[in-house]
Amino acid sequence: MTLRKIAVLSTICLFAVGLLAGPALAFKGAYKVGAVFSVTGRTSFLGDPEKKTAEMLAEKINNAGGINGKKLELIIYDSEGDATKANLAVRKLITQDKVCAVIGPSLSGTSLAVVPLAAKYETPLVSCAASYKIVWDDKESKVRKWVFKTPQTDTMAVQAIYTYLNKKGVNKIAVMSVTSGFGASGRGELLRLAPGYGMKIVADEKYGPKDTDMTAQLTKIKGKAPQVIVNWSVGPTQVVVLRNWKDLGMTSIPFYQSHGFGSRKNIKLAAGAAEGVYCPLGAVNVAELLPDDHPQKAVTMQYMKDYTAKYNEPLSSFGGHAWDALELVADALKAVGCDKAKIRDYLENTQGFVGQHGVFNFSPDDHIGLDKNAFQMVVVKDGDWTLAE
Amino acid sequence: METITLTGQIFQYLVTGITVGSVYAMVAVGFNIIYNVTEIINFAQGEFVMLGGLIMVFLHVAVGLPLILAFPATVALVTLVGVLLDRLAINPIRRPTVLSLIIATIAASILIKGTAMFIWGKDPFDLPAFSGRDPIIVLGAVIQPQYFWVIGFLVLIVIVLTFFFERTIIGKAMSACADNPDAASLVGIDVKRMVLLSFALSAAIGAVAGITMTPIALMEYDRGAMLAIKGFGAAVLGGLGSFPGAVIGGLILGVIESLGAGLISSGYKDAFALIVLLFVLFFKPSGIFGNIEISKIKRF
Repeated sequence: MTLRKIAVLSTICLFAVGLLAGPALAFKGAYKVGAVFSVTGRTSFLGDPEKKTAEMLAEKINNAGGINGKKLELIIYDSEGDATKANLAVRKLITQDKVCAVIGPSLSGTSLAVVPLAAKYETPLVSCAASYKIVWDDKESKVRKWVFKTPQTDTMAVQAIYTYLNKKGVNKIAVMSVTSGFGASGRGELLRLAPGYGMKIVADEKYGPKDTDMTAQLTKIKGKAPQVIVNWSVGPTQVVVLRNWKDLGMTSIPFYQSHGFGSRKNIKLAAGAAEGVYCPLGAVNVAELLPDDHPQKAVTMQYMKDYTAKYNEPLSSFGGHAWDALELVADALKAVGCDKAKIRDYLENTQGFVGQHGVFNFSPDDHIGLDKNAFQMVVVKDGDWTLAE
Repeated sequence: METITLTGQIFQYLVTGITVGSVYAMVAVGFNIIYNVTEIINFAQGEFVMLGGLIMVFLHVAVGLPLILAFPATVALVTLVGVLLDRLAINPIRRPTVLSLIIATIAASILIKGTAMFIWGKDPFDLPAFSGRDPIIVLGAVIQPQYFWVIGFLVLIVIVLTFFFERTIIGKAMSACADNPDAASLVGIDVKRMVLLSFALSAAIGAVAGITMTPIALMEYDRGAMLAIKGFGAAVLGGLGSFPGAVIGGLILGVIESLGAGLISSGYKDAFALIVLLFVLFFKPSGIFGNIEISKIKRF
């Protein structure tokens, strides 16, 4: 047989396999859902688990017969954490791919860049980013009609930490934050809410997202002798700051991290320095620790089991935001089909939706759907999370 | 509750600043070696540091080689990358201009960074400290044993390079290329080989910087660019091409950052370093140790 014949034959075989495999999943049409995550780039620690989660869920839904007998067709684009790329991706999803709804983007910055598109094309968007501004129009002081979001806000995280500190009788704190959007927004809320909880902020230190050492900031804080340190950052800096904290022998000043610390990789990377560190986390991070009567116990355990089995890596809480977003949209599709206005109305009236990061109760005035109870205070003990007393 | 005196605080800032500054200085020395021979700024210098850290993590933690073997193996591998960079990107350029060579190094840095992302992923990696993590307390300041390794290697590099450039024939040949490449080739020095050697040497120094800093600051695939900027700042501050200048520039940059963050405002940490850099360049455009006559002859 000549090389050419082999090539022709194998091509035919490939097509035949494709044709045979196609009809095995007989769906009557498809529901298209678009997704935009920062799968690569600096913020890939958010987008990567989100993409994996969304793909896993879509596969699961389709294996179970799809939604109303229709296939859930998920179209995922990578924003690389870039606002322009996110904007183009969402535009393409709505105008060319003609999706019923969009989930994502992963970052507050990229989400804010696309919210005008949701309104312009009247397409429901469920963002996976933190800032309340995504769903709240500051200029007009009203909820953005077409936009929802699944993660807890900084405000809730700060409230959860302050409530816990109040219980412990702490009122003198030092604040540290990274000079990125996440850090600046968290710092703003820490400062804004402090008087209401009787907190006195004795130090307010910052560092850059690529800094290699925060010893100087911590030394300064040490001189001010606060009762606790609250640090707001994501990525490697929140691990480096912990190591510096331990190296400087400051473990007698308890360390509180933001909800951005929600990955077991961070505990491992800190190489022992994370011991005794507190942070507010969604139920998804501590599924196995939750009491059996906790409303989210079942869904979080199921997600953890599926994810770790499929990808063979520890669960990251960020994937949970995509889980919440896609399941909310899937629920809406099941109830009303691919009608953008009806999906929006359905989402807005969703009550008691049990997700990975909390029990969602949306309303026309609230497109976040969560409150501070969506956070549990967690402390690192023996290299793993434990519910804080 | 822990407290610390002001003297202790300032001493702590100095110790931290000198350590961070030593890393900047090593990067700056790497810039200078290549600049001296080729008159180009190698924008992939930061990637050498990143590769040093990540390859060391791979050999020492994943493969399990002992420190004493993993260290030279890592330096050798990164040196190889430096050699390849010259052979594949710099040497083949037919009519080299300073600009086209610099652009080639920028392309190489993007390529190296992308490859590192594929190999190691996007997570930061940790390396055990060379001699434990039990801090030493001096004057109320905490010193990690690893700090001594970083500073010690900077001193070692300076001594070895001084010896190399002043006492060995190859070193002198490289200095000759720096002074005047045309004249150097006329007296029989193989300039292209010297360029190759300069890339190998600065890759090796970058690797040492990466290996020694990883136990302190972790390492991930996109750390290189930031280090290159800081190292470049240090090299310019000290005077491009001057080795004592690179070391002093790096240490000044590190100490100013640390003191500025600690005593004034941590939010403007990078700004202090840049203000000092601008200030020095304003009064002495060739940098602290730079020579204005020499910098006029250079094409860049």
